[in-house]
Amino acid sequence: MSQTRIDKRFAALKEEGRPGLVTFLTATDPNHETSLALLKGLPAAGADVIELGMPFSDPMADGPAIQAASLRALENGGCMRRTLDMVREFRESEDNTPIVLMGYYNPIYRYGPEAFIKDALGAGVDGLIVVDLPPEEEGEFALPATKAGLNFIYLTAPTTDDARLNRVLENASGFVYYVSIAGVTGTASADQTSVAKAVERLKRQTDLPIAVGFGIKTPEQAGAIGQVADASVVGTALINELTKHLDSDGNAKPKLIDNVLGMVSDLSQGVKNSRKTGDA
Amino acid sequence: MSKPNTFRAGPDQDGHFGIYGGRYVAETLMPLMLDLERAYDEAQNDPAFAEAMKGYFKSYVGRPSPLYFAERMTKHFGGAKIYFKREDLNHTGAHKINNCIGQILLAKRMGKTRIIAETGAGQHGVATATVCALFDLPCVIFMGAKDIERQAPNVFRMKMLGAEVRPVTAGAGTLKDAMNEAMRDWVATVDTTYYLIGTAAGPHPYPAMVRDFQCIIGDETKVQIMEEEGRLPDSIVACVGGGSNAIGTFHPFLDDTSVQIVGVEAAGLGVDTDKHAASLTGGAPGVLHGNRTYLLQDDDGQITEAHSISAGLDYPGIGPEHSWLKDVGRVEFVPVTDDEAVAAFQLCTKLEGIIPALESSHAIAHVGKMAKDLPKDHIIVMCMSGRGDKDIPTIADAIGETL
Repeated sequence: MSQTRIDKRFAALKEEGRPGLVTFLTATDPNHETSLALLKGLPAAGADVIELGMPFSDPMADGPAIQAASLRALENGGCMRRTLDMVREFRESEDNTPIVLMGYYNPIYRYGPEAFIKDALGAGVDGLIVVDLPPEEEGEFALPATKAGLNFIYLTAPTTDDARLNRVLENASGFVYYVSIAGVTGTASADQTSVAKAVERLKRQTDLPIAVGFGIKTPEQAGAIGQVADASVVGTALINELTKHLDSDGNAKPKLIDNVLGMVSDLSQGVKNSRKTGDA
Repeated sequence: MSKPNTFRAGPDQDGHFGIYGGRYVAETLMPLMLDLERAYDEAQNDPAFAEAMKGYFKSYVGRPSPLYFAERMTKHFGGAKIYFKREDLNHTGAHKINNCIGQILLAKRMGKTRIIAETGAGQHGVATATVCALFDLPCVIFMGAKDIERQAPNVFRMKMLGAEVRPVTAGAGTLKDAMNEAMRDWVATVDTTYYLIGTAAGPHPYPAMVRDFQCIIGDETKVQIMEEEGRLPDSIVACVGGGSNAIGTFHPFLDDTSVQIVGVEAAGLGVDTDKHAASLTGGAPGVLHGNRTYLLQDDDGQITEAHSISAGLDYPGIGPEHSWLKDVGRVEFVPVTDDEAVAAFQLCTKLEGIIPALESSHAIAHVGKMAKDLPKDHIIVMCMSGRGDKDIPTIADAIGETL
């Protein structure tokens, strides 16, 4: 398989000797225009990899913040086609920052797995995270997507034991996403020591970069996790910031974009500083 | 699609019934699903497990439940002979307890110390709270805020049984949202917690396991109808929401090809409106809550809200085995509206002195439609899945009475 933007980005980060920042926002939250402006602003603000949520009516693995983001997006016209349109528009001016679409299987299944793979590649998507598609159900979509040139990102969790880890990593590409707590997004935070141990265990079984997510909220936390992993993923904290700048009708107030991107810059500074002091 | 040699062999080793079923869960839960599958396999091979279930069925649930000849209903419709399988006479008033006994014994075997469950009408919540009281386990029931409002007596029952009832306000506040919330709790508490799913749906092995625990309904029916009539019934009928009473009734008859099998879906205000819960008649295959099955959804794959006057049928999906049985043509699925169910509720109450659950009333309405045009020696067995005391306020409201 030829190198994807994800492979190239992680290779570049390794070269720079620093961990990456992966940001998560939901497409069309709070509306198409604002969401597209945020997306376009992310690379300059310091996002190394962009996760873009595909809105879904029943986000079972997500906490209240991302649930609300999904519903806001759906109320404002969010749908699979619009998400792909956003990526296409983003790619007109940005060719280096990888985009990973993240969501649940049903909208993809309804779209048609084959058609979706084709359209995602055409739009400039690089990777996919589908929360409710474990390796046991990879045949219909994950494997064909990988074969077509997309990185299907496998999730590992604190509950994934060693025996199972081999199976999970078997068809992994791009990077491995370590879900650092047993729980939904944006609730508890894992401590650096337990994450370090988990990443070490993963590194024994894979050469792929390890991104760690769930519960990382501040530049300090992003930095601490960055000391022991290849990237920190932040989602809920950005969405909470976005929510602060919505009026009572759910419309974006003028400072929304600046503030959310400002937070991305702070987080980026956090991961950039992390290896200066703590790199072993 | 080619006809299989047996309709009772599913699921395959990965939990699929044809293209349906499966294990569409987050990685955090996946190891637990494999544990559960192993534990259930072991339990099935342990005679002591079956013995324990049998004991509770007999002395706690009150099984076997009677097979009752509904003579006045039969006369009223003037056609086929109508029998009710009286799951409404079980302890806690519905078939739900069968499954709860099986799963709580399994949870105990697995060493779990906390039980969670979702509930719509509150019947499964009550049954779960009941077995948790019996087995002295803490219990949290997730229930949609809207359902809490329309099922107040059941909420109070659960609380008295010692359960914590946690209101779910996400979405429309009904069964689907309660299930989402239960899964969110579970993913954070996998080590200690057992999720006692109330219907034959969810990730493998739940659909097969719940079916197995509910098959007591059909197994008993088979013996009882042979005693009464000396032959198998011509038709069996049950209501389907998630479909656990139906699959338990149907499964033992699936390979008796002379038996017509009919599942009755909740058509709400009508399947041609957007206010119904008939996922097989009005939905399309999709993936939700751990399995692939027919779902009510829009063109973008967003799950739409179900509607039924009966909270127990108010769910946009259905157990995966029903989806498969529909596709292979072994089971017919028909819709019955809110109004038809309310009329059937009143009719059954008046004629038989049996107050049926609103869920079961859907099946009664269809039995009425069928029976009148059938010959007098045609035998219909219908699963009376639950009693209707819980629905009195809803019925009063529907017919404009103030309590």
